[in-house]
Amino acid sequence: METLNYRFDQGSRKLANEPKIVGVVSSGNLEVLIESASLNDACEINIKTAAVGFGSIWQAVMQDFQQRWQLADTRISINDMGATPAVVSLRMDQAVETMLGEAK
Amino acid sequence: MSSYLEANARERLALFDSFEEFVSPAQRVVSPHLAQLNAPVAFDDGVVVGRARLGAATVFAAAQEGGFMGGAVGEVHGAKLVGLLRRAVAERPDAVVLLLETGGVRLHEANAGLIAVSEVMRAVLDARDAGIPVIVLIGGSNGAFGGMGIVARCANTLIISEEGRLAMSGPEVIETANGVEEFDSRDRALVWRTTGGKHRYLMGDVHRIVDDSIPSFRAAAMEAIAAAKQGPVALTLEALEVEQHMLEQRIARFGALPDPLDVWAAMGVAKPSDVPMLDVDAFTAAANPHRQGA
Repeated sequence: METLNYRFDQGSRKLANEPKIVGVVSSGNLEVLIESASLNDACEINIKTAAVGFGSIWQAVMQDFQQRWQLADTRISINDMGATPAVVSLRMDQAVETMLGEAK
Repeated sequence: MSSYLEANARERLALFDSFEEFVSPAQRVVSPHLAQLNAPVAFDDGVVVGRARLGAATVFAAAQEGGFMGGAVGEVHGAKLVGLLRRAVAERPDAVVLLLETGGVRLHEANAGLIAVSEVMRAVLDARDAGIPVIVLIGGSNGAFGGMGIVARCANTLIISEEGRLAMSGPEVIETANGVEEFDSRDRALVWRTTGGKHRYLMGDVHRIVDDSIPSFRAAAMEAIAAAKQGPVALTLEALEVEQHMLEQRIARFGALPDPLDVWAAMGVAKPSDVPMLDVDAFTAAANPHRQGA
């Protein structure tokens, strides 16, 4: 297992108070727990992944994610079991959309 | 999307009108064992428990996530089930509804998992003893196996789909222990003939068979709750003796037969080879005159 932490400051979009969870910790999949938290307008992302050694790819996926959503005061916690970057991106978008009540 | 089979545990909660979760994922009550083994954890440890509305009824409900470690029961997972059942005894909902999808004990957690499953069994029987019916739904791709297969059979009513499976040892376990001649786990048709919903319904191990949809499971669960209140909810010695008699008869009548097709023929089912192809209504009509324990 590897633990990765990212923090993106100066976000602009705040989310609802009720935490949401999407996805399942199964092979090639992940769960994303998204909560609002007082973080001084930052978005913090904590990842625990079974796939060790992919920090630079996670960093790129997280940067893209935050660029899309500009989240503020948001904590995201991920349990990952070897999901591909595309699956991670979709799952994280799903988490935000669920939080915004836009999930399909 | 209303397939029960394809839905995950949280999606299956759509069969209730509302759901209020106990021990939510945000509380992060995760398995203490998996981290020691350097294995991934889940924030809900693979089971959702809570209070739900189902039509006019208030129920306590649990849904196991088959995707996380096959729905296997670890210490936390089991404790959530036990806590739900004990709280049901204290707060007296109309029923407890368990959406099982599980391979049984989570072997990573060894004795803690085994103890957890035995505590779940005791808690199910305690809930029944307190007059609260326990309804089990089985329709996930992992079925209900191992100790949780026993838990399922401790309930008042079992509702299954054709895709659902119920057994003790899984197919691979039997093949490993007794050889491929005993049971070919790669023969999917044989596996479903032996453990699948239709066979379980014919053998009297489950009470209802429904098609693979969340609304069908919902309707059957509502009817089961209403029906359970008409009769005795607690497990009685008389019921155990009836079941023991049924099992003795089963061994005597079918014990020497090698394949469920032979069992169905011996029961008097007209065209056993057609059984796997029948839809639920046609199957139920064909099965009802012959099924055991009815």
